[in-house]
Amino acid sequence: MIFAQVNFAPPQGSSLAPELDALFYYLCGISGFFTLLIAGFIFYFALRYRRRSGQEMAPTVDGSLNLELIWTFFPFLIAMTFFAWGARLYITSSRVPPDAMEIHVVGKQWMWNLQHPTGQREINTLHVPLGRPVKLLMTSEDVIHSFFIPAFRVKQDVLPGRYTTLWFNATAPGEYHLFCAEYCGTLHSGMIGKVHVMQPQDYEAWLSGVDVGEPPVSAGERLFSRLGCITCHGVRGPTLAGLYGSQVKLANGQTVLADENYIRESILNPSAKIVAGFQTVMPTYRGQLTEDQLIQLVTFIKSLQGARQQ
Amino acid sequence: MQSVSPTAELPRTGRVLNYLNNGYTARSWLLSTDHKRVAILYLISVTLFFFAGGAAAVLFRLELMTPPGDLVQPETYNKLFTLHGIIMVFFFLIPSIPAVLGNFLVPLMIGARDLAFPRLNLLSWYVFIAGGTLTMYAALAGGVDTGWTFYTPYSSMFAKTHVTAAALGVFISGFSSILTGLNFIVTIHTMRAPGLHWFRLPLFIWSIYATSLIMVLGTPVIAVTILLVGIERIWRIGIFDPSLGGDPILFQHLFWFYSHPAVYIMILPGMGVISELITCFSRKRIFGYSFVAFASIAIAVLGFLVWGHHMFVSGQSMYAGMVFSFLSFFVAVPSAVKVFNWTATLYRGSILLQTPMLYAMGFIGLFTLGGLTGLFLATLAVDVHVHDTYFVVAHFHYIMVGGMVMAYLGGIHFWWPKMTGRMYPEWWGRLSALIIFVGFNLTFFPQFILGYVGMPRRYYAYPDEFQVLNVMSSAGASILGAGYLIPLGYLLWSLKYGKLVGENPWGASGLEWQTSSPPPTENFSTTPQVTQPAYTYPHTEELLLG
Amino acid sequence: MADTLVAHQFDDMDQQRDAASLGMWIFLATEVMFFGGLFAAYAVYRWSYPAAFAEASHQLNALLGAANTAVLLTSSLCMALAVHAAQTGSRRRLMLFLALTMILGSLFLVIKGYEWSHEIHLGLLPGATFTYVSPSPAFSATQVEMYFMLYFLMTGVHGFHMIIGLCLLMYLMVQAFRKRFTPDYFAPVEVIGLYWHFVDVVWIFLFPLLYLIGSK
Repeated sequence: MIFAQVNFAPPQGSSLAPELDALFYYLCGISGFFTLLIAGFIFYFALRYRRRSGQEMAPTVDGSLNLELIWTFFPFLIAMTFFAWGARLYITSSRVPPDAMEIHVVGKQWMWNLQHPTGQREINTLHVPLGRPVKLLMTSEDVIHSFFIPAFRVKQDVLPGRYTTLWFNATAPGEYHLFCAEYCGTLHSGMIGKVHVMQPQDYEAWLSGVDVGEPPVSAGERLFSRLGCITCHGVRGPTLAGLYGSQVKLANGQTVLADENYIRESILNPSAKIVAGFQTVMPTYRGQLTEDQLIQLVTFIKSLQGARQQ
Repeated sequence: MQSVSPTAELPRTGRVLNYLNNGYTARSWLLSTDHKRVAILYLISVTLFFFAGGAAAVLFRLELMTPPGDLVQPETYNKLFTLHGIIMVFFFLIPSIPAVLGNFLVPLMIGARDLAFPRLNLLSWYVFIAGGTLTMYAALAGGVDTGWTFYTPYSSMFAKTHVTAAALGVFISGFSSILTGLNFIVTIHTMRAPGLHWFRLPLFIWSIYATSLIMVLGTPVIAVTILLVGIERIWRIGIFDPSLGGDPILFQHLFWFYSHPAVYIMILPGMGVISELITCFSRKRIFGYSFVAFASIAIAVLGFLVWGHHMFVSGQSMYAGMVFSFLSFFVAVPSAVKVFNWTATLYRGSILLQTPMLYAMGFIGLFTLGGLTGLFLATLAVDVHVHDTYFVVAHFHYIMVGGMVMAYLGGIHFWWPKMTGRMYPEWWGRLSALIIFVGFNLTFFPQFILGYVGMPRRYYAYPDEFQVLNVMSSAGASILGAGYLIPLGYLLWSLKYGKLVGENPWGASGLEWQTSSPPPTENFSTTPQVTQPAYTYPHTEELLLG
Repeated sequence: MADTLVAHQFDDMDQQRDAASLGMWIFLATEVMFFGGLFAAYAVYRWSYPAAFAEASHQLNALLGAANTAVLLTSSLCMALAVHAAQTGSRRRLMLFLALTMILGSLFLVIKGYEWSHEIHLGLLPGATFTYVSPSPAFSATQVEMYFMLYFLMTGVHGFHMIIGLCLLMYLMVQAFRKRFTPDYFAPVEVIGLYWHFVDVVWIFLFPLLYLIGSK
């Protein structure tokens, strides 16, 4: 039978997948019920009240306020259950666990470049350990792409000029599809790859078998001194130790969360958000850094620990 | 099943002057300001666009029969789906019911001699043709490969195809939409026949009114957006490209601020047609008139508040996502109200399953499924998974093809005798309605599953395990294509050989049925007086429900 | 006389005037949305690049901008007086105020044109001719270019509306000269007046947003 070859659902490869499928099937159930209900009524009425003579007349029914209220209120109520359940899952899937391992992703027409925290690089394949939260910090060198792993039920657009993040916790070893989901030009459908979920010890073995490049943190540290950032930051400029994840007070009185995008913007467009008590003297580094170097710099700044003075 | 009773007398012998035989020269058509002739001009042009867009779909469905890309080059494939999208959205769906049926029917239904601004109406057809010609030029001169959504920075900085010409074509045709919408709003406000107050209007008029609101308020925003894309593309000044300091997400906000309401331009008029068909072929007043009427307005207004649900994975903040998701569910309510009221209208009606009614019943079923799958996409976590997959493709085709095209064809069949004075062949009509229904479901239902399993849209090649469903879809598309060709054939045939009809072959209520078929140029010999609510049919008793 | 001025699709003069006036209001609503899109783009980028926008704004001549605001406001007043004259059937006054409106409108365009040519001369026109060099490390010339793109686009679109307005006024002038308007029939004057006021109002928003940002 030909249908034996058809998948009616993607494999469940992450902790999110079964939860999402439950919601999806709930939606399917409700939708199926209402579609059949309406179709059933239409067929029944069309047969039961079919016109039997050309001059036949029907009674006039003007409407019913009670019925209108019922079919205004109940669909709304059901829709709200969709919203609540969907939003709850969305919030969970938006909050990255703090202990997540961070992998860097740079998309470009038409390939995915990935780098592990220990420095190993991959193209169009991603090896991840089983049962450990993995966070992807992603950006694009050209147009908008979208990182999509159907088996994990995760998808996030990858934008040029800023970072987006995505996380998952793989729960079943195996090989899964990786797709670019946002149309990105001629070979959009060739911007695909594989995600390999491995037992932790296999992952470690795999890591040691791959050429180790320089880890992003140390590459970022070299850049930090080469570009002369060190001459101001820590002396006259705002200190960077413990910056990541803290709340920063700005000169205009607002407070912002220092996340990856804040650090990125401060390097490329220093005047956008000026830290309270400082002048705009930092030059922009727009056009002087590749996406790879930017990620390294951001990773290094994130790694700077220390008590931050408020 | 018996045929329709001819309630009106057959046309008198001898030539009666009507809008069709009032001049045969090209000039008498191309410079006519008669809303009925302009409607026919639109009918011919959107039909041409429909088959052009359909031909592109046939080609890429053929390509998708096999997993690897083997029939056409990837560039060609990308140009084909872009062409299909641009033509179908901007040059078929948006003008289909409003510009063809709306132009023909709005003055007739409200008892007016013409639209408020007849010359503006003709101008909007010329503007439409100018835009369409430019877009077709772009397609023939080398094509466009951005997708109909023109997402930046791909469209503005990276695509090497004829984006500027195509975008300019869309920009120009937008003014046609604006002028049409403006004309309808003013006409409906100021030119209703004596006694025809708002709550006696046919529901088609309400839906056209709601559509027009979107046309006049939404279209200018897409015009600005396209203008900005053009400036960035031609002069390389940063607007949307981050490497020049721009913001690509701003494009998406501006684009969807128009294009989401525009989605409702592509369904609201269909809902209006269905209200007319259901009542006529049940010989019954609509159930809950004012609820159906206000539902149209509610959908139009809500349409402007929910654009962000196209951007749940685009990088907008989590809170924005929550707000847009929450608001999107409100659209479900007026849509559900309409579906329930149509179904309830059938209750104890005197139902006749003529071709237009078959389309109407098909519409309700397909729209229900299309609308409900829209709720999947409004549900945040689910959208993250199915966004930009075939699930979305299936969803919007259920609304636009299963909904709007079904309604358009139902409407064309229903008003065909009014427009031409001749009846289409009923048996062929029912057959093709059935073929279209089956072909449609076979084409698009598998795509829901494809999307859930994870096949992204706009893919030229795909993994082997998606093949069976793709083959089903392509097979369905060939049935659907045949289904669309049959009406084209028999409707043209009926122009010469169709049975002549009187003024009201369906025994329908509504002012358009009180004048001859085809109507005279001035529509009515005397201005009609309206004394009854819409859809007043001869009836037995008054039923009161709780 | 009056009957022939009612187009065939209308029942009477009142209906025709209602339709014309409603049509113009709806048209202006589309215009609001059109400029709204531009203002949205402006808001987003001013929020992103406040320093560059303030600096770029200082390149403009606020004095000329203010003078133009006064010119345009006065022209709106003349337009209102022209409508009043049409209403009371005073053809001479109608033509006088139409002429004044046109003169002031043209003056606006002349001043605007002078500003543009000066700015182009300074190398502020985005594109290949843009030669501005950022004086401060805090922002880049690209960001200033973005401001000037918006500046030229918004004032250009506004100027285009002014030119259309002047053509419409010219048409009114000819019709007034040919004694087409009566106290019963002056809808074109009224409707084109609405348009003129709208174009004026757009400038009232453009002036502070473009000329007066970042000034202490």
